[in-house]
Amino acid sequence: MIGAAVACYVLKFAGLSLPARVLANDRVQRVGELLPVALLATLIVTQTVTSGHHIGIDARVAGIGTGAVAQQRGAPFLVVVFVAALTAALLRAM
Amino acid sequence: MDQRERRGIIRDGIGVGIATGAYGVSFGAISVAAGLSVLQTCALSLLMFTGASQFAFVGVINGGGGAFAGAATAVLLGSRNALYGLRLSPLLGLGGPRKAVAAQLVIDESTAMAIRPPTPELGRVGFWSAGLGVYVFWNLGTLMGALAGEVLPSPRTLGLDAAVPAAFLALLAPRMRGREPWTVALVAAAVALLSVPFVPAGVPVLLAAGVAIVMGVR
Repeated sequence: MIGAAVACYVLKFAGLSLPARVLANDRVQRVGELLPVALLATLIVTQTVTSGHHIGIDARVAGIGTGAVAQQRGAPFLVVVFVAALTAALLRAM
Repeated sequence: MDQRERRGIIRDGIGVGIATGAYGVSFGAISVAAGLSVLQTCALSLLMFTGASQFAFVGVINGGGGAFAGAATAVLLGSRNALYGLRLSPLLGLGGPRKAVAAQLVIDESTAMAIRPPTPELGRVGFWSAGLGVYVFWNLGTLMGALAGEVLPSPRTLGLDAAVPAAFLALLAPRMRGREPWTVALVAAAVALLSVPFVPAGVPVLLAAGVAIVMGVR
């Protein structure tokens, strides 16, 4: 955990220290934009339909579905998260 | 510098900080639900201080991915802060200890607030007010969420396991403009899902990073 925190700091510091022309490199720009997209998309999918090595559908899928609808309608971050949690919690309570 | 403009930007920065603090509460609760202690949770917010990486770290660990996979995912997500730093460095023009402090504050919110104002001077005000505002309230929020998380019932009962992917969804949505992010997102998610049964937990997310790098340098 400490290692990851230090590495995250080094990345921030390196950004402030590197010459500006690195940013002009198209590939650096593209990877910089696509990396978070790929990681977040994967985290969404794996955390919604997998448990360990198994793929399956449970209340989380309904939760992320209602969360997505809220997001689509322009709801703020906390509302999206709350709606998703509430949906999954209600389904499990039934 | 116009004092009214300056005060307006400081007020916005603190506002962004308070909003992010609310989001810090959810991080604190989710992190404790994932099995981290209150101390570990607060250490993540104080030291790592980059929201998406922190959510990813606790998310991967909660999924059984182990500390290494969690750390690698967090660091890969944190790489965008290096790009922000590149853009901010001519604006801030810092050296020495102030630069070391500023570096820790290079995140989504402070970058957005630094780039928005019309002059570099106001941009610097935006960076420091949002950076410090978010730092204070994010950490306060984390502590409150972690303490609340300790007394709450099981995370599954509360649907917190659905809250984590929903948080990622809300972070991803603003980035999905144009066709390319959709292609990358779908390919990465497909690769990850196909690999889930065969590789150790946490590795599918790293394979997704590989997809982004291959498609980005193409």
